[in-house]
Amino acid sequence: MSVRVSRRQFLKFGAAGLGASSMAMMGFAPDQALASVRHFKLSGAKVSRNICTYCSVGCGMLLYARGDGAINSHDHIFHVEGDPDHPVSRGSLCPRGAGVLDFIRSDSRVRYPQVREPGTDEWKRISWDDALERIVRMMKDDRDRNFETHDEEGHLVNRWMTTAMVAASACTNETAYLTQKITRALGILKLDNQARV
Amino acid sequence: MTNSWVDIRNANIVLSMGGNSAEAHPVGFRWVMQAKERSDAILISIDPRYNRTTAVADYHAWIRTGTDIAFLGGLISYLIESDRYNREYVEAYTDAAHLVREGFEFHDGLFTGYDEARHQYDKATWNFDLDEQGFARRDETLQHPRCVFQLMRRHYSRYSVEMVERICGMPQAKVLQLWDLLAQSAAPDKTMTILYALGWTQHSVGAQMIRTGAMVQLLLGNMGMPGGGVNALRGHSNIQGLTDIGLLSNLLTGYMTLPAAGAQDYRGYIQEKVRQPLLPNQVSYWKYYERFFVSTMKAFYGDAATVENDWCYHWLPKLSEPLYDVLYAVNDMTKGTMTGAICQGFNILAAFPNKAKVLDGLSKLRYLVIMDPLANETGEFWKNHGEFNDVDPSQIQTTVFRLPTSCFAEDDGSITNSSRWLQWHHRAVPPPGEAKTDNAILAGLFQRLQKLYQEEGGAFPEPILNLTWEYSDPAHPAAAELAQEYNGRALADIEDQGRIIRRKGELLNDFGDLRADGSTSCGCWIYSGAWTEQGNMMDRRDNSDPYDIGVTLGWAWAWPLNRRILYNRASARPDGTPWDPNRALIWWSGERWVGADVPDYPIAAAPEEDIKPFILSESGTGHFFASEWLGEGPFPEHYEPLESPIPNNPLHPQNPLAYHNPVARVFAEDRDTFGTFEEFPYAATTYRLTEHFHYWTTHVLLNAIVQPEKFVEIGEVLAGELGIAAGEKVRVRSKRGHIDAVAVVTKRLRPLQVDGRTVHQVGIPIHWGFTGVAKKAHLTNTLTPFVGDGNTQTPEFKSFLVNVEKL
Amino acid sequence: MRGDQINLQNIIARSATNEPSPQIRSGGVEQVTKLIDVSVCIGCKACQVACMEWNDLRDEVGECDGTYNAPQDLTPSSFEVMRFSEYENEEGDLEWLIRKDNCMHCAEPGCLKACPSPGAIVQYANGIVDFNSEHCIGCGYCVAGCPFDIPRISKKDNKAYKCTLCSDRVYHGLEPACVKSCPTGSIQFGTKEQMLDYGAHRVGKLKERGFDNAGIYDPAGVGGTHVVYVLQHADKPEIYSGLPKDPHISPTVELWKGVTKPLMSAVLGVSVLAGFFHYMTKGPKEEPEDDPDPDQAAAEREQDRHDEERRP
Repeated sequence: MSVRVSRRQFLKFGAAGLGASSMAMMGFAPDQALASVRHFKLSGAKVSRNICTYCSVGCGMLLYARGDGAINSHDHIFHVEGDPDHPVSRGSLCPRGAGVLDFIRSDSRVRYPQVREPGTDEWKRISWDDALERIVRMMKDDRDRNFETHDEEGHLVNRWMTTAMVAASACTNETAYLTQKITRALGILKLDNQARV
Repeated sequence: MTNSWVDIRNANIVLSMGGNSAEAHPVGFRWVMQAKERSDAILISIDPRYNRTTAVADYHAWIRTGTDIAFLGGLISYLIESDRYNREYVEAYTDAAHLVREGFEFHDGLFTGYDEARHQYDKATWNFDLDEQGFARRDETLQHPRCVFQLMRRHYSRYSVEMVERICGMPQAKVLQLWDLLAQSAAPDKTMTILYALGWTQHSVGAQMIRTGAMVQLLLGNMGMPGGGVNALRGHSNIQGLTDIGLLSNLLTGYMTLPAAGAQDYRGYIQEKVRQPLLPNQVSYWKYYERFFVSTMKAFYGDAATVENDWCYHWLPKLSEPLYDVLYAVNDMTKGTMTGAICQGFNILAAFPNKAKVLDGLSKLRYLVIMDPLANETGEFWKNHGEFNDVDPSQIQTTVFRLPTSCFAEDDGSITNSSRWLQWHHRAVPPPGEAKTDNAILAGLFQRLQKLYQEEGGAFPEPILNLTWEYSDPAHPAAAELAQEYNGRALADIEDQGRIIRRKGELLNDFGDLRADGSTSCGCWIYSGAWTEQGNMMDRRDNSDPYDIGVTLGWAWAWPLNRRILYNRASARPDGTPWDPNRALIWWSGERWVGADVPDYPIAAAPEEDIKPFILSESGTGHFFASEWLGEGPFPEHYEPLESPIPNNPLHPQNPLAYHNPVARVFAEDRDTFGTFEEFPYAATTYRLTEHFHYWTTHVLLNAIVQPEKFVEIGEVLAGELGIAAGEKVRVRSKRGHIDAVAVVTKRLRPLQVDGRTVHQVGIPIHWGFTGVAKKAHLTNTLTPFVGDGNTQTPEFKSFLVNVEKL
Repeated sequence: MRGDQINLQNIIARSATNEPSPQIRSGGVEQVTKLIDVSVCIGCKACQVACMEWNDLRDEVGECDGTYNAPQDLTPSSFEVMRFSEYENEEGDLEWLIRKDNCMHCAEPGCLKACPSPGAIVQYANGIVDFNSEHCIGCGYCVAGCPFDIPRISKKDNKAYKCTLCSDRVYHGLEPACVKSCPTGSIQFGTKEQMLDYGAHRVGKLKERGFDNAGIYDPAGVGGTHVVYVLQHADKPEIYSGLPKDPHISPTVELWKGVTKPLMSAVLGVSVLAGFFHYMTKGPKEEPEDDPDPDQAAAEREQDRHDEERRP
């Protein structure tokens, strides 16, 4: 039989069930009535090893990206799963880790610097240069105005108490070290992190 | 953690208390299940709620939130009085035999020296009785009435099983059943591990709860043992690292402390920090403090730090308060004395107590800088989000900058897990849009500041102008360069016993190379060894475990010195043979210490030398008696949460000063923000759910799908009394505000009988806010009280009072 | 390798088709099985998230219904859900029984037997029962045929969906996504023989811990399954959020497959062929009237579940 049946036609026709089965019995079936597994999505992916960014178990992760790192290629991560070599996690991930793809690609990711001006109710996009210049100006004005070289009892204290810095629990040790260096050089004492929460 | 995640599998008893590891650390929890599978271990879950850990526990008990010291203090008394502790361990490895000086007493809930006006103690008497050479006197028989053992015994004799039942709301039969089970690990061939997390830290007596756990482990001989230890599971991926590197108000790197304002003399500062041994022949590793300090100052200030200027000692800011923690800073913001704040990946509006107060504080800033990958609540504190953040932007004059950062997948570097492993990770893709790495942003800010100080001058510019900045790309210090900087380098040839061990310019091998003469530079001494001349030790991936004891020395790198189990000398008897041959970790070979782990001990010190195993402590022993280290006293005492569902402390009903933690810091501004049980009758506790991570995953669709909407958990009995059915909306109020949520009505919360009263507990997950893809909600921290632990100022998120009404 | 090489040789049953698959080769493909040890499960939902992530599914952000169940039921985008039940045992102790609910991959799959569309449901030699969406006609017979109430019809494309046991991963020698993610080791994967051995070992351990009625759930009424449970109380599967005690393929489906079809085939063949040509030239005569209504089916499912849970 050479009649070619579209999927939809066949579907409608076969909806009664009984008939369709009989058709197939007679050797008539769409030419794709074979099994097909989904395309294996990891084929050709670039894999990077990482450590989960959520809790302190520190599970090993494999990040699968499309793109080969070529200069014209804008790579993106499309799948994450556990690293079976990792001695603690041995390939497992918890529901946060297993869902981290949607963190990396969250719609809430901030994509460019923004400023909210006093009394307004909106974000405005600004350039990195503008943002950093303005921040630094506010920091320096505050530091120069409020820096304490001595306390009330005349002790040399060299500190800047009117600007606080709170640091990220998910940043690297290297960033943390840079933060420690910079904040102490500025004389900041109101420095804290998320050890408490 | 003193031990490691995988090591949990070596335990015979796993005590989950002050934490819910199945919920918060599911993958680490695998090793609990492995302990059950491999060695038929038992899991005991003690918690205000029947939780996910309890679901697979062998034994469990409900406990009233905030009363763990009572349960554990009673256990200490039980172990001593029933002679079920590891006597040989206690004698050899602890301070039980030390004598305490005359004058130290405990009376009606207070230790000697309390100053009611200052809410502080004069700790002069809280110390050991020293002989002429400055060594602690000891009574090896443990019989002297002023020895630590007898004082401890007396202190906890008040914690009878009846008293524990009254305070904790746990029936006596249950208490005794659990004590009997826990006591089994006193046997040398049985170990117990304690797994805790913020369920212990987030109380006004949090640090003391943890200490009580540690005392139990010392009594049972479980410190230093495989399958033992006191294991802080910790919350965030690199909170261990940030703490190690000292991003706290009072710390330098590696747990060195910044000077107090009174420490005007460098030599005096060092002498105070250097800890001389309290017993003959002990290591007391802090005696090398100056080596760590000078090397850090050389890393920070390079050639500008000289012996003549005391290594720039006075360039460091000095403290007039013990801590300037977030609570302190926010309180100052509300007073209008703060100008700015930089929030680097820290969503303080959502994460800190009394949201209304934090909101008020942020609104009084002139500027706020947000560095974050996600558009979080703190960045939008000024924005009206309806009932969930009902503010008027026109009245808020703060300039807010939102700077996009990369996330873990887009940055190189190391993070330190709770097993103290520094694990390196590699950037997979570039960050989205214009987002930059934190290093690039920090460098961008600092270099601009430095330029302004060069051009304009200004207040105390020296440290800014002289900060070392030897990075190939000054605008973007590379992670590898920073790691080498904190590992440390020789600034001159380093000699040891006449032999050059490190050439000028070489990376240091470990902190044994450090010098106090300015010839070494090392940004974080405990991380020395992480990136040596052999390369990046944190990126190692050999997962072999040759002794099959869960120790993988070739995987990443652990501080200190790649040791995986702290105090591991204590895993062997005083004679150097393992307490348990089937659990041998390190042992004395006749010439040196050998075994599966890197010895936490002088490698060639023979057992006869009697060097005790806790080498950082001044007497080399584990301490039951905390001396002046903690604010509340040398022995933990139960005090009620600042908001308590009962009218007094059952241990000291007549002394109002001993109702709550006597050294808790309550700001004058907050005195009226605490509720009473008459008005807010239910004990509330907050916690994380396994499907979510703090406030991040409300931005993550997959997690929003599997736990979409804010709920609170209410026991069936209370729900019945209030006419609330599962799925209905309720309003939960505290003195500080209210939240609305769906009621999960459950058998897993039950009313407890506490000192003759029925106490209902209400469970409140912390997740969900007014940004993200999950259902919008009030922030849980609208409800929580603005008070912290007496030592760390960790907010008391775990115990406060609420009322509940059906909407 | 286990269960790899999916080709015609390895399809052992195909819906609405009598034509035998090639069968001459022997061996090479082993029966795979996923074991879910409920006594080790903490209900963390890692499996649920890993399933959605791997299969590129994103369900609706729903609501909290007053339990930890979210989403509350299987959907075309949730191939599995965790079902939580608080059970008070004979001693009055509370047990939180958490069951991962997903396709059981029956050895005698009711869905496949009921399916009228050729090749829409196939069974591989490794035991996986897979839906081939290309051929699904959305009739819902698989829903009626499934004794475990698993398939769901999508409103988006009117096709049936369910767990594939990650046939794509298994084909490449990997374990299913849920298995890999499982933090506590509650979910295991291997050959059926390995899983039954491991399950027996776990049952032994549970009995040592006082669960006298621990056992493996591998129901014979559907020929055994390629997803098996270890239950603490195997004598009462219904306490695990209504796991059926003795699942069978519905009698209607059995009747149609077992008796009606062979007897009627010759007669039907002629009349159907006539009907087919009518359709191809003139269009459909009428829509079938006995299409299952997905909403109705959902309501019935809910009722059934309540009935199961209330059973003593």
